[in-house]
Amino acid sequence: MNTPNTMLSPELSPESLKKIDREVAKYPADQKQSAVMAALVIAQDEKGWLPKETIAAVATYLGMAPMAAYEVASFYNMYDLHPVGKYKITVCTNLPCALSGGVHAADYIKQKLGIDFNETTPDGMVTLKEGECMGACGDAPVMLVNNKRMCSFMLPEQIDKLLAECK
Amino acid sequence: MALIDTINPLLTTGWTKGDAGWSLKDYEARGGYKQWRRVLESKMSQDDLIAEVKKSVLRGRGGAGFPTGLKWSFMPKAAPVKYVVCNTDEGEPGTFKDRDLMRFDPHSVIEGMIIAGYAVGAKAGYNYIHGEIFEAYQRFEEALDQARAAGYLGDNILGSGFSFDLFAHHGWGAYICGEETGLLESIEGKKGQPRFKPPFPANFGLYGKPTTINNTETFAAIPFILGMGGEAYLNLGKPNNGGTKLFSVSGHVNRPGNFEVPMGTPFSKLLEMAGGMRGGRKLKAVIPGGSSAPVLPGEVIMDCTMDYDSIAKAGSMLGSGAVIVMDETVCMVKALERLSYFYYEESCGQCTPCREGSGWLYRVVHRIEHGEGRPEDLDLLNRVTDNMMGKTICALADAAAFPVRSFIKHFKSEFEYHIENKKCLVDPEIQRMGSGFFKAGAA
Ligand SMILES: Cc1cc2nc3c(=O)[nH]c(=O)nc-3n(C[C@H](O)[C@H](O)[C@H](O)COP(=O)(O)O)c2cc1C
Ligand code: SF4
Repeated sequence: MNTPNTMLSPELSPESLKKIDREVAKYPADQKQSAVMAALVIAQDEKGWLPKETIAAVATYLGMAPMAAYEVASFYNMYDLHPVGKYKITVCTNLPCALSGGVHAADYIKQKLGIDFNETTPDGMVTLKEGECMGACGDAPVMLVNNKRMCSFMLPEQIDKLLAECK
Repeated sequence: MALIDTINPLLTTGWTKGDAGWSLKDYEARGGYKQWRRVLESKMSQDDLIAEVKKSVLRGRGGAGFPTGLKWSFMPKAAPVKYVVCNTDEGEPGTFKDRDLMRFDPHSVIEGMIIAGYAVGAKAGYNYIHGEIFEAYQRFEEALDQARAAGYLGDNILGSGFSFDLFAHHGWGAYICGEETGLLESIEGKKGQPRFKPPFPANFGLYGKPTTINNTETFAAIPFILGMGGEAYLNLGKPNNGGTKLFSVSGHVNRPGNFEVPMGTPFSKLLEMAGGMRGGRKLKAVIPGGSSAPVLPGEVIMDCTMDYDSIAKAGSMLGSGAVIVMDETVCMVKALERLSYFYYEESCGQCTPCREGSGWLYRVVHRIEHGEGRPEDLDLLNRVTDNMMGKTICALADAAAFPVRSFIKHFKSEFEYHIENKKCLVDPEIQRMGSGFFKAGAA
């Protein structure tokens, strides 16, 4: 089980900072704060989740108040304010997906992993989340792996294949 | 899965090669950026350009159906700094057309945005892309690099003296950022909480500057409108409902996916293109314009054509063109419960009627679905919606209310059955079979 790692340095790596600089360059010079959403994703990718100290580090880098960055991190659903497994699988259960098996896919994957939504497998590998519409209802059932990889048509066979990859 | 079928391909001309046809050279090979070149070379006036868009009667494809040319004409001429913003925060349940536009034809959106920038006198633009489709965001960034390298974007474009640059911004999981002012707040690096209107974005938009904001599909239509002329585009559809439209068909059909058809196409034709009802079952209900649109009974929608006016006359909204099809295996109470949960989860919380009302709606529908409904609950639900509609900063409260009112209106007996008998009218075994997840006979 992942526990908050207090040894983790809140500071971001030079690579992450370089990526954040690229985001900052998209906005007017006096609007650095606009890059906070992308910067928090870059930070989350590096650290695995977003400890308060990391959010504060992002805020400082962008010249904004830590609380302002924390407000953003807590408003949007895909920022992880708590540790998650190596793989975070988010299942869409909204109506269009449900009509084509979204809820059944969620039940199936819960049973396979032996966990419920918002839980992590004992080996720390997979965290399961319930998601809202991902804008891909034609491909239902839809799942999102680690926020960035969309998996389509997740019938039992495809779910088995995905879980076999989560090692 | 991309385009499933089309009657009159415009927006989807480039989709046939799927992931292999999106890059700059493919787009140019099918006439891409020709209209942008023409605008620059002919030094077209801003007024003429906007007049052409007005002639097309292109109506915003993001949900509200506001005439695009008119919206552009609201931009103050003299302001020194202005912006163009594209709304690709597609999160309305049932809608998945903008994702495919991003994946299969991102340059059409870029060309549309550049032309819009020229028309309203903006020098920069942003495309706000739904966080969940990060792969499409990455592709859009690649497409921007291609357009910049080819000189269609940037300083002194093609030697014209006009400069315009465009950037991609991604969301990270908040439906409310689809609301245009919530979206602007989000680009500014804040919580995506909508702003009180007026002032409208044309006067006070991104960073407080005049801003034109349109949906992805709206921008993508612009090059085609300039190519064929506004009038020809209008004539593809029907009066007051110009052009073609992408419909995202989901739910109980044999071939879910995106369809491009002329405005005014009969619903029955669209259903046929989607392969008809799954398993040949009976059509029960359709939400014709995304989850916020009132549901219509099957027999009502079968007499409708797919355009703003026909759907409005039937008591619903064309919205984003997301057609959610439900067959007789659906328990309408359960369907509504899921939708109500969505609005409860996604309310940004700054207006009391919406924050509290959406919770009330969800909890009461939930208790009806779970056999704990009370005889007075249907009146209670309607009363709660009365206290939400038109009483908030943005339309999410209305979007939460419409499904509740329409489900109760058209399927009242199912709700009453639930309250009286503490169970679904539709047998759970039949419901389970409807999704197609379980192979016939499997556990
Ligand atoms: C709660 C809510 C969610 C919305 N979501 C979207 C969306 O995902 N995409 C979109 O284009 N418009 C959305 N809209 C509509 C926008 O506010 C706006 O009207 C639209 O982007 C304007 O573009 P158009 O004129 O081209 O349609 C939403 C509105 C509300 C109230
Ligand atoms: S209506 Fe709801 S979502 Fe819209 S601003 Fe108010 S609380 Fe937020």
